[in-house]
Amino acid sequence: MTTLVIAEHNNQALNPATLHAVSAAACLGEVHVLVAGKDAAAVVEQARQVVGVTKVLSVDAPHYVVGLAEELAPLAVSLAADYRYLAATATAAGKNLMPRIAALLDCSQISDLTAIVNENTFVRPIYAGNAFVTVSSNEPKLVLTFRATAFDAAAAQGGNAEVVTVNSAAEQGLSRMLRRELVQSDRPELTQARVVVSGGRALGSAEQFDTVLTPLADALGAAVGASRAAVDAEYAPNDAQVGQTGKVVAPELYIAVGISGAIQHTAGMQDSKVIVAINKDPDAPIFNIADYGLVGDLFEIVPQLTAALKN
Amino acid sequence: MKALVAVKRVVDYNVKVRVKSDGSDVDIGNVKMSMNPFDEIAVEEAVRLKEAGKISEIVAVSLGEKKCEDTLRTALAMGADRAVHVETEVVLEPLTVAKLLKAVAEKEQPQLLLLGKQAIDDDANQTAQMLAALLNAPQATFASKVDLTADEVVAQREIDGGVEEVVLKLPAVISTDLRLNEPRFVKLPNLMQAKKKPLEKLTPQELAVDVTPRLQAQKYAEPAARSGGVKVADVSELVEKLKAVKAI
Repeated sequence: MTTLVIAEHNNQALNPATLHAVSAAACLGEVHVLVAGKDAAAVVEQARQVVGVTKVLSVDAPHYVVGLAEELAPLAVSLAADYRYLAATATAAGKNLMPRIAALLDCSQISDLTAIVNENTFVRPIYAGNAFVTVSSNEPKLVLTFRATAFDAAAAQGGNAEVVTVNSAAEQGLSRMLRRELVQSDRPELTQARVVVSGGRALGSAEQFDTVLTPLADALGAAVGASRAAVDAEYAPNDAQVGQTGKVVAPELYIAVGISGAIQHTAGMQDSKVIVAINKDPDAPIFNIADYGLVGDLFEIVPQLTAALKN
Repeated sequence: MKALVAVKRVVDYNVKVRVKSDGSDVDIGNVKMSMNPFDEIAVEEAVRLKEAGKISEIVAVSLGEKKCEDTLRTALAMGADRAVHVETEVVLEPLTVAKLLKAVAEKEQPQLLLLGKQAIDDDANQTAQMLAALLNAPQATFASKVDLTADEVVAQREIDGGVEEVVLKLPAVISTDLRLNEPRFVKLPNLMQAKKKPLEKLTPQELAVDVTPRLQAQKYAEPAARSGGVKVADVSELVEKLKAVKAI
């Protein structure tokens, strides 16, 4: 059975997150990718080369330039007849778009799935990762979003898919984009980073969050994450939140600084390969899942660690 | 201008939910239930818009078993004007919820529909987007700022790597993110007053929505336990260990 994966892109480059949806969808059968954009030929070319993709549907129209869900959903619906599944990675963009498609198709969506049992049956986390439910549906169509950390990225090169140009859907004109501000950073993206350094409420202020964690992240070439408490207290931006209602990460090394380890947070990082916890409370639950725990004052330990790593 | 706010009764966010030993369900008998925290943010936003004179009436809607009345009373105590309870014992799926909310919206004709971005029980993150689709209305999911005028709404959205601002025609659907506002604490006198506010009862049949589930839950399982490792004495031991496993 064939899946149409909706590509996430900025008209210049394919978002690496989409590679995870391709490899997940490949477990279900043939994979086609929809690239809807404006002057996005470079993205079409990249999508064509992804291993596992057999066909790229290319649509070029001005109303697809910023990827508004209101515009993309009717397009996906117009192409849906040939597919059992419509799918994307569960990024902010995927989460925004896919339920809109599911409702227009009058089919269920299975969100953020972490495993595929068979063509009708999937596993997904509920209750902030406290439980996993195996759900099945024999509906003729299903919309799926895949948790990126649960599926390896498909190889970006090596494929040779056919490219087909398809018609755009009529412009809806319900909404428009005023501005998009992406934080310019030399750091790796949180969900793609090899190392993540995360801070919690114990950092005490936005200034200390920055002055304590940034040098450590720099020394490791790491992305910076935060607990929900730290985001709530505005020590860190919203998109740095690691946890069930934020980002789910699974880096090679995760360093939790001043994070107690609420399930909301651990649900977003417990698949990390090596977890280090630094916390002054020896009974903090984070130590129950950390490979290496260091009890003590983070304001002393983190600068020492930064210095040790620089040597 | 009328606003409709959807509120869900969920297991309180402080409760650590466990799976029943036979894997047939999660064990939520006798646990504390509360309004979904993201829905609280939605109610708060509606109330603030009303206080700013931009909204004239707030209708809170909840769908589900009888006890959803408690959740609606909380919304009324926070400042909603009246409540609609679509009562059913069936466990509702997001698409069904969206269909029921659409039916209520068609009766009420709100210009602004506010929902939490996800419920902290099923974590589906679907209902607002589905409702917007069914109403053929624009959507601003994960909103961290809402600016309402007479004929449009400007919303700031949290996206991966930053924020964006979208302009939506009305009626519009907004799903709330964490930082939109900090919900007020409900005081006892407000709870008492809320008991006098109107609460209308409806059924899925009256709204002509089929609520038969389409998804079958086969089994529930606890996450794979990760065993704790070792405590290290100091930074140099930590660095040594990390080097040994090639983490750095």
